[in-house]
Amino acid sequence: MPGVVRGTGLTMDIEIDLVVDGTTHSLSVDTRTTLLDALRERLQVISPKKGCDHGQCGTCTVLLDGRRHLTCLALAVAHDGAEVVTAAGLGSDGLHPVQRSFLTHDGYQCGYCTPGQVCSAVGMLDEVAQGHPSHVTEDLTAEVDLDDAEIRERMSGNLCRCGAYPGILAAVREAARG
Amino acid sequence: MTEQRTRGIAPRSIGTSLDRVDGPEKVTGLAAYAVEHGADEGVSAPLSVWLVTSTIAKGRVSRVDPSRALAHPGVTAVLDHTNAPRLEQTDNGELAILQDDRVGFRGQVVALVLAETSEAAREGAALVEVSYEPEPHEAELREDNATYKPDKVNPAMETDTDEGDVDAALASAPVLVEQTYRTPYEHNNPLEPHATVAWWAEHEGREVLSMFDSTQGVHGVVQALAPMLGLEPDQVRVRAPYVGGGFGSKGEAHAHVMATVLAAQTTGGRPVRLAVTRQQMFSLTGYRTATISHMRLGAGADGRLTAIEHAVQEQTSVVREFAEQTASPTRMLYAAPHRRTSHRLARLDVAVPSWMRAPGEMPGMFAHEVAMDELAVACGLDPIVLRERNEPDLDPETGKPFNDRRLVECLRRGAERFGWADRPPEPRARLDGDWWIGTGVASATYPAMKQPGNTARVTSLEGGRYEVAIGSVDIGTGARTVLTQIAADALDVAPTDVELAIADSLLPSASVAGGSSGTSSWGSAIVAAAQLFRADHGAVPAPGLHTTASAADDPASEAYAFHSFGAVFAEARVNRWTGEVRVPRLHGVYSVGRVINPRTARSQLVGGLVMGLSAALFEESHRDPRFGHVVTQDLATYHVASHADVLDVDAEWLEESDEAFTPMGSRGIGEIGIVGTAAAVANATFHATGTRVRSLPLTADHFLE
Ligand code: FES
Ligand code: FES
Repeated sequence: MPGVVRGTGLTMDIEIDLVVDGTTHSLSVDTRTTLLDALRERLQVISPKKGCDHGQCGTCTVLLDGRRHLTCLALAVAHDGAEVVTAAGLGSDGLHPVQRSFLTHDGYQCGYCTPGQVCSAVGMLDEVAQGHPSHVTEDLTAEVDLDDAEIRERMSGNLCRCGAYPGILAAVREAARG
Repeated sequence: MTEQRTRGIAPRSIGTSLDRVDGPEKVTGLAAYAVEHGADEGVSAPLSVWLVTSTIAKGRVSRVDPSRALAHPGVTAVLDHTNAPRLEQTDNGELAILQDDRVGFRGQVVALVLAETSEAAREGAALVEVSYEPEPHEAELREDNATYKPDKVNPAMETDTDEGDVDAALASAPVLVEQTYRTPYEHNNPLEPHATVAWWAEHEGREVLSMFDSTQGVHGVVQALAPMLGLEPDQVRVRAPYVGGGFGSKGEAHAHVMATVLAAQTTGGRPVRLAVTRQQMFSLTGYRTATISHMRLGAGADGRLTAIEHAVQEQTSVVREFAEQTASPTRMLYAAPHRRTSHRLARLDVAVPSWMRAPGEMPGMFAHEVAMDELAVACGLDPIVLRERNEPDLDPETGKPFNDRRLVECLRRGAERFGWADRPPEPRARLDGDWWIGTGVASATYPAMKQPGNTARVTSLEGGRYEVAIGSVDIGTGARTVLTQIAADALDVAPTDVELAIADSLLPSASVAGGSSGTSSWGSAIVAAAQLFRADHGAVPAPGLHTTASAADDPASEAYAFHSFGAVFAEARVNRWTGEVRVPRLHGVYSVGRVINPRTARSQLVGGLVMGLSAALFEESHRDPRFGHVVTQDLATYHVASHADVLDVDAEWLEESDEAFTPMGSRGIGEIGIVGTAAAVANATFHATGTRVRSLPLTADHFLE
């Protein structure tokens, strides 16, 4: 539970801990602060981007306690002690294989959606490994066959206005095959 | 600075898929966009700014009551028209915010809130109480009110053209297509919302304004702001190292940039930052006007056009004029002795329209290329044959020879690749399960443009390396990578020996990343500087020598018309019960001069095709004329194509080099991918279903019987 509460009656600040890309931060957040703004504006962690602030674009995707998550729709106070992995912290030694595939297949142009696409792809591949079905999965009992339709469906929460979708598809396909 | 006549350069790195030089920063997210710069770059402890925008479309602000906002913890100031810093010039009605009490459109900036945190600024903005004296407004584009004739259309083209006797030719034409085509309001929606950081400081007794801005042109922002602020250009520095897309909407400074600068003027030097919300982007950062195209095509029974008329109706804003050049491609696309184009606008109390990817060509070619498909049907001709029959010998607009017009080759190459020969000539001929299947084609064209005002500097460094500097911006196009390649080849060194410096207005001046002109304009300047550097300093220069130059115009090129061309092929499946449209295949073939980096070029062309597909199927901003604003103002209600919508989309190009246009042989590729694409999809849905849709987007309701 949050340790310290300070308030004026109109607003309230609360101390929380976040583990971001392996580093523990103690910080004070407004109870209105989203996890995205806590990262970007309080901790200067700029890898997750803000494209809409309303859960409609996917640019703010990180791995939150191991699962892909939209940080603009999460309040920081609700995630005291959480572990956040951004696209900047994915690779243990240099770039993560998904990131290398993005480079090979030019799965980006401006790069603004890219950290979110990358985190989403990593989280999605883990969901597939755990057998989660998607809207287009025909047989809910069989192992998921991660064909192009599955990849597109599962990545559709991440918009790319530059239209790099064919490159992203190729990158995720390659990364999925290892 | 010298003007240097350039020579063609031998491609070595050019033509290869050099890895994007900024790729690792982008895939990790460490690339810092406008509001992501920290104390190490001068942005320490910035205040947040939030915009308060008008809730009426026209009238006056009678009172702004900041008291509740100022009482909110963390709020430091509220600025409105009574206390905001004054501007020296106010003729740019879009940028001259908070200078008087007038409201010209709903969503206009009427106050700013500064606060210690973004949460407090946002809450403070909600607490500012604004009272208005509303006046009646007009916010609906109709055929009966779009009657105003602008002096010019964007950027400086004739409003109307008229050659021959169009009415007589149409009256006697054996075949006539007379139809009206419509495109909706569209919003650029780059994924990075527009954002600016600004701070004022004193340097050697003069005021200096420093900014990070999400812009397509740092020098353009300086040129727009400095005179309004009463500053010399060298008192303003704008940087834009990373920009999360623009598609024209960051081509010029919009009101939020001025808002940030005015706010920063009141903080005693403390930086302020402002990120426009996605919702605010729909009224503050530009958009494409809706268009109404009245087309009349007259032809012989053999399909040869005798007359072409394209009369456009669209809208502008009372606050600032922007006239989309929708009929411009009609002036040069096909041969016909009698031709007429016109543009008429409704001047509305609405947000200011601006550039959106291929302004003019995108909506205009939708109309023209669907009309051509209708003409092909009327003549009983294959659409490709019809286009071949109407190839002009000379540019119909200027009478000059085309330097390189390979439209027919694009059509033929695409037809072969797409399997066009197997196409049944009749519509509504193929049903696969619940899906009608059809194919369609459209031409694409875009003018080759180079902008004046580009200068580059080459400096020799230690170890045979060179710094190449120009203030151009990479908005995702790959400019940082291709300019490195151009510089390397112009200097005859490896790309790794080039240190490219861009995106800073302190660097030699560069034109906007727009009009598909960036690489041509900046690259030509780089080649000029490199060739002059070699002439002055030789192949093995001492470190620290430098040369600054611009590319001299080549008078010989005046004799030609320079355009790029393409052909777009689409397959559409339309569900017979629900009307849903899917596009399993979308292929473009382009003639764009030499391709400098095939990997980034493919992404540019495919990106354009995807945006065209998105326009074909989804994009539409709904303005409610009762209130004057766009009500579909987020990404949940303004639909853009997502992963699941984009199936087999691919682009290829003809091998060529246009050295009469640039020393690199390239012509520009940023926009042509969106041109004609929606028409190809619309034509494919007609072929699938037999239902002709003349307005975008191609929503399911059109296909329900
Ligand atoms: S910023 Fe979170 S989904 Fe768009
Ligand atoms: S790379 Fe620009 S939005 Fe995806």
